Amino acid sequence: MPPLSRWAVRLALVYLGVGITLGALILAQKGLGSLPWAWSGLGAHVELMLIGWMTQFALGVAYWILPRLPGTAPRGNTLLAGLALVLLNLGLGLAVLAPFLPWSAGLTLARLSEALGLLLFGYAVWPRIRALKP
Amino acid sequence: MPTLTRWLVKTSLIMLIAGLALGVYLHLPGVSTAALFPLYLHLLTFGWLTQLILGIALWMLPKYTLEQPRGDERLNWLIYICLNLGLGLRVLFEPLPPTALPPWRGLGLVAAALLQWLAGMLFILQAWPRVKGR
Repeated sequence: MPPLSRWAVRLALVYLGVGITLGALILAQKGLGSLPWAWSGLGAHVELMLIGWMTQFALGVAYWILPRLPGTAPRGNTLLAGLALVLLNLGLGLAVLAPFLPWSAGLTLARLSEALGLLLFGYAVWPRIRALKP
Repeated sequence: MPTLTRWLVKTSLIMLIAGLALGVYLHLPGVSTAALFPLYLHLLTFGWLTQLILGIALWMLPKYTLEQPRGDERLNWLIYICLNLGLGLRVLFEPLPPTALPPWRGLGLVAAALLQWLAGMLFILQAWPRVKGR
């Protein structure tokens, strides 16, 4: 597994841990009624689980598993793929913190960063979506 | 494909069908969505997507050791049991009104939260050491 994939997958596992904990607290609150503060984690729970865990895990494995290119850069532009993941994670962090920041544009910027990261990742791996020659 | 992966993937497909069926039901005229919408979301995101990812990941990640390629298989089976038991309790109790069946609704939801949380944590425990170069 290449280093970039290891980073993406490990981060995804961290986000799974945090996201699922927030979700469990919200569900427990539904049962107990004594943890009303748990609802403040709903936005972060959704973001962490959908983008941080599921999407990033898929990206990490895709970067590892997709057919390799011939030549000296079998996984294509590693720097671009790395930048993509940095943007994705910056956006994710900003999205989680945005409700607590005194800055109304926080969530918009977060989403833009995530979207740009995903587009760049798609651009970086696109040539690898190909049939392997027999 | 290992036995556990087959169980996880097949169960995820059942959750997909259940989630989509619930989605269709929620679009019928006159149906109130508030109580069932979280369940619909979690059948698809946790029961289908996450369970599918777990099944493939437990199969595909680099080997833990030659002797135990997927780590302690008992813990892997525990992931399956906790995930689906937790989701099952959620299906039973989450749609009920907050004052229904005391204290069973409350206990059921807390148990559902704990079981799903445990499934996630166990997966992190099992997957983390397998995120490596070879």
